[in-house]
Amino acid sequence: MGFFLALPILCGVAVFYAAPLCVTVWFSFTFGAGGSTFVGLSNYSAVLQNPRFLLAAGNTAKFLGLALPAVLLLSLFLSLLLRRLTFGSRFLKLAFLYPMMVPAASSVMVLDIFLSDTGIFNDILLHLGLPMQEWLQSGWAFWILILLYLWKNTGYSMILLSAGLQMIPDELYSAASLDGAGAWQKLRCITLPLLLPSLFFAFVISLLNAFKCFREAFLLGGDHPDDSIYLLQHFMNNNFQNLNYPRLAVAAVVVFAVIFAVTGTLYGLWQRAQKRGDSLD
Amino acid sequence: MTRMTRMTRTMTRKRERALFGVLVALGLLVLFPVLYTVCNSFMSPEEVEAVYGGGQATFRLFPHTFSLAAYYDVFLASPNYLFKFWTSLLLCAAITIGQVFVSIFGGLAFSKFHFPGGRVLFCLLLLFMLLPTQVTLLPNYLILDRLHLLNTWWALLLPAVFSPFGTFLMAIVFQNVPRVLIESAYLDGAGVWSVLFRVMAPAAKPGWVAVAVLTFVDAWNLVEQPMVFLSDPKQYPLSIFLATVSEQNFSLQFVCGILSLLPVSLLFLFWSEELSEGIAFSGLK
Repeated sequence: MGFFLALPILCGVAVFYAAPLCVTVWFSFTFGAGGSTFVGLSNYSAVLQNPRFLLAAGNTAKFLGLALPAVLLLSLFLSLLLRRLTFGSRFLKLAFLYPMMVPAASSVMVLDIFLSDTGIFNDILLHLGLPMQEWLQSGWAFWILILLYLWKNTGYSMILLSAGLQMIPDELYSAASLDGAGAWQKLRCITLPLLLPSLFFAFVISLLNAFKCFREAFLLGGDHPDDSIYLLQHFMNNNFQNLNYPRLAVAAVVVFAVIFAVTGTLYGLWQRAQKRGDSLD
Repeated sequence: MTRMTRMTRTMTRKRERALFGVLVALGLLVLFPVLYTVCNSFMSPEEVEAVYGGGQATFRLFPHTFSLAAYYDVFLASPNYLFKFWTSLLLCAAITIGQVFVSIFGGLAFSKFHFPGGRVLFCLLLLFMLLPTQVTLLPNYLILDRLHLLNTWWALLLPAVFSPFGTFLMAIVFQNVPRVLIESAYLDGAGVWSVLFRVMAPAAKPGWVAVAVLTFVDAWNLVEQPMVFLSDPKQYPLSIFLATVSEQNFSLQFVCGILSLLPVSLLFLFWSEELSEGIAFSGLK
């Protein structure tokens, strides 16, 4: 019965996720139409030396390295603040969650009005007598993309962390207060360790959503945006259009391997932390 | 002594008000892009041209003259936008309904039943959940080509319906539904299907509402897939159609923005409570 119920999702995932992954891996080791000749690792060495790939990989790493800690810190901070409110926190949470719903087309439209060469920000700079900036065709683009990501994804993590905070029993805090623990000590010794599962889950979700940020980057900058926001997704997208399948496949396998390695490592660390906590009990 | 506590209490009350004020300001800042779109959608097309077209744009939150002309142009003057709107809505509704059913079945299977290989298959599912769209985009193109589904909306629908995220979320939510509830329903003589739809599904409502809303938002926002799987831009759903049309129909862009915000905002208005509860649930194992 259980297997029967799982059949639709298993078949669907097999056809539209598992089979494509296998095809991608196969393509990354072959060359020619439809992957006719096996060439071993030569595609990998070619791609790993390609300057565009290195640029894209570097940018993506920089983006993830900044955006993920930022989104976790910001949402942790917000959920800690919201917990202190005795009124209005429900409404505020919804306000922070709402950007998640906004379609890329709408958010990009507003961004364009403010940040294009003839946009509102440049108008303000003009009136202040300051030099105008090419916001979307310069290094600024990277930071704008980071802010856009934070705007869109902080709410989701905040909901996850708020739920995690609610599960921590109040007695722990009052006991700690009796022992003379300060706010910082309580955060470090009670809140953070007990929030670890929620933090891990928020991390995974934020990582998944970070790759969806390409929609905004693409609608904002097109196929060939400023070098500062040339991401791995652009690299893959452009190689798809050039029909350079082996190159695309290598990039895809590398992306997947890195995501898998990072979440796997964090999961391992979390499990170890949990075991250590259990043995302390 | 009592005076002291009263004083600290008013102090904390004051601090709480200050904190509330800061957070409300932050919330308004977060909502600003949407507020700007809503306010500007009541500008006449001529005023939009004057403010944003022709050289330097200027900041204007409130239109000088209130006008519904842009709404008229988009909603009534020509069927173009509305046709796209309703067909895209239909596509997203189909994706959502499909995904919700697949997720409920899958989530139930992995949380309440034991079958050989169940654990391994669930772990594999988590693995595929981590795949970014771009990794499978090319092979999916080839597979959809084999299935003769390219250049049809089936190419957008099928992969989205079988996204593993919903199953994962439902499995976690169902895990929290007590076994006693199911067993007592069985004892009352209920069949498998009536247990599923009369007991399990209502008990897990925040879960599947969250799956539905998240799926709909994602489907309403499809960008990569249509551009790869559909060769004719005329077939593009509203998500891309609007991005391309706003360049040509500059004066209508705010109302077009409203058009794309409308369905997701209505969903949020009615179901935000269940959505945030469902999201919260999914993080608590």
